[in-house]
Amino acid sequence: MGSEFVQLSLTPILIGVLAAVACALPGNFLLLRRQALIGDAISHVVLPGIVIAFLITGMVATWPMILGAAGAAVVAVVMIEAIKRLGRIEPGAAMGVTFTTLFAAGVLILEQTDTSSVHLDVQHALYGNLESLIWFDAVGWGSLFDLAALAGLPTELPRMAVVSVIVVVLLVLFWRPLKISTFDEGYAATIGIPVTVLGIGLVIVAAVAAVAAFDAVGSIIVIAMFICPPAAARLMTDRLERQIWWSVLFAATAAVAGYVLAGYGPQWLGRADSVSAAGMIATVSGLILAVACCVGPHRRAR
Amino acid sequence: MLKRLAAGVASALNTDYGALQAHEIEGDAALAVRGLTVSYGGAPVVFSVDATFPEGTMSAVIGPNGAGKSTMLKAALGIVPRLSGKVEVFGAPFVDVRQAVAYVPQRASVDWDFPTRARDVVLMGLYRRVGLLGRIGARERAAADAALERVGMSGFAERQIGQLSGGQQQRVFLARALAQDARLLLLDEPFAGVDAATERAIIAVLHDLKAEGRTVVAVHHDLSTVRATFDRVLLLNVRKIAEGPTEEAFTEENLRAAYGGKLGALALPAQDAPAASLH
Repeated sequence: MGSEFVQLSLTPILIGVLAAVACALPGNFLLLRRQALIGDAISHVVLPGIVIAFLITGMVATWPMILGAAGAAVVAVVMIEAIKRLGRIEPGAAMGVTFTTLFAAGVLILEQTDTSSVHLDVQHALYGNLESLIWFDAVGWGSLFDLAALAGLPTELPRMAVVSVIVVVLLVLFWRPLKISTFDEGYAATIGIPVTVLGIGLVIVAAVAAVAAFDAVGSIIVIAMFICPPAAARLMTDRLERQIWWSVLFAATAAVAGYVLAGYGPQWLGRADSVSAAGMIATVSGLILAVACCVGPHRRAR
Repeated sequence: MLKRLAAGVASALNTDYGALQAHEIEGDAALAVRGLTVSYGGAPVVFSVDATFPEGTMSAVIGPNGAGKSTMLKAALGIVPRLSGKVEVFGAPFVDVRQAVAYVPQRASVDWDFPTRARDVVLMGLYRRVGLLGRIGARERAAADAALERVGMSGFAERQIGQLSGGQQQRVFLARALAQDARLLLLDEPFAGVDAATERAIIAVLHDLKAEGRTVVAVHHDLSTVRATFDRVLLLNVRKIAEGPTEEAFTEENLRAAYGGKLGALALPAQDAPAASLH
């Protein structure tokens, strides 16, 4: 556990934990609002956004990709709200229609344009590339205090950290109105809480977390983290404040355990290879939910 | 504890109302709507309703299913948009006197599996006072517990709300309105799915509130309890059918006009035996 760990595993684990927590936090509210699928929707619709960003700029660079993804997420959120309100279609169906349509459009555009020369594919969108986010400049734990080495950190780490801090600050700041309007929207409106703005704001924060996490770890983790840790946390407690802490614990546990199991698990079983970290992290979060479903102290017959 | 807190808040609010009374239009109306029309995209569900709810009265809003009773309340509070119409609360626009108004939604409109306890729901009533980040300390918790005690729920502060019966959930909502120290309470079907004993308990609390000069407006279904419970009625079937003191407006003629053929089996109770309908 020395220099090799710092160089190869520390940054992917940190990025995985930050991505998992940033998605799980808004996921708590999305789940209670019966909007959990919105994470699924957002992580699919970023594909056309990224493809269009590539077509406009002609390059596969970080910021155009993120802006394209964010633009697509906003378009999707507006589409979902419009379908819900104008078509009077239930939220789940509105999201389903939106994300399949936009993802399909992304595939069509990708097929019709010459992107074969660059690294832009559906697989990357699904699994991300967590294992490749290594810290080349690190030589050991001492590198954490070496400015030159710190400058060489994968850009995904500071970006994910900033997004996580934004998510936490907004959650703390708007905790009370969010809680009241999630529980009882009618009452919240009458005491002057701007429920519509707050609801759209929550979705935008979720979208920001999803886009940032998607870029680093792929859509599988995003989808899993929006739903599994909050759902498992709900089964551990009957208080929202504690549910949030449980969801953070579960998300971080899934990220660390999933990464370690993916990297070293097959070796422990006598195999030489390793498996996808993103896939293993999502699987572990699912297992945590399964265990909570079986033994969580606050299960309900529902 | 609550009384002292309530008295302090009430005196603070009273000065506000003194100023508001200067441009009061509706006399001593707690709630007045004029020409209220609401549509969910098709034909209006509430059409051009005028209604006045005087301060210190307890009114029932009655009418058949789909008559727009709940919608009228929600539109008056801006929860659903109105096509047209004017609403005044204590003679002022509603947005200026939010603190004085408590809305108690239909029990079914809320997810009772939500991870929160009875006391936390009551504390929501203090949100406008404590704000985004204001501390909720012993004083606020004591106020919430006192409100729970007033509705006979003092032993249930720590219970998850899903573990409460329908009547207990309704009383938690009422305690939230008390914690808010509202002067106008708008209740949407407060007795739906509530047993007779609980209904009597809630009515007793509402009568106390009225005695303190507060105004209660409730969407109500059970015609047999109207006379014993409410001193005013608003009969609604998309349009207003009748409005006034119960003995004047709650007549068989008006009910037939509101319910049409649907009244049928809902025979009116004998006027001289209202208590018999309370089981």
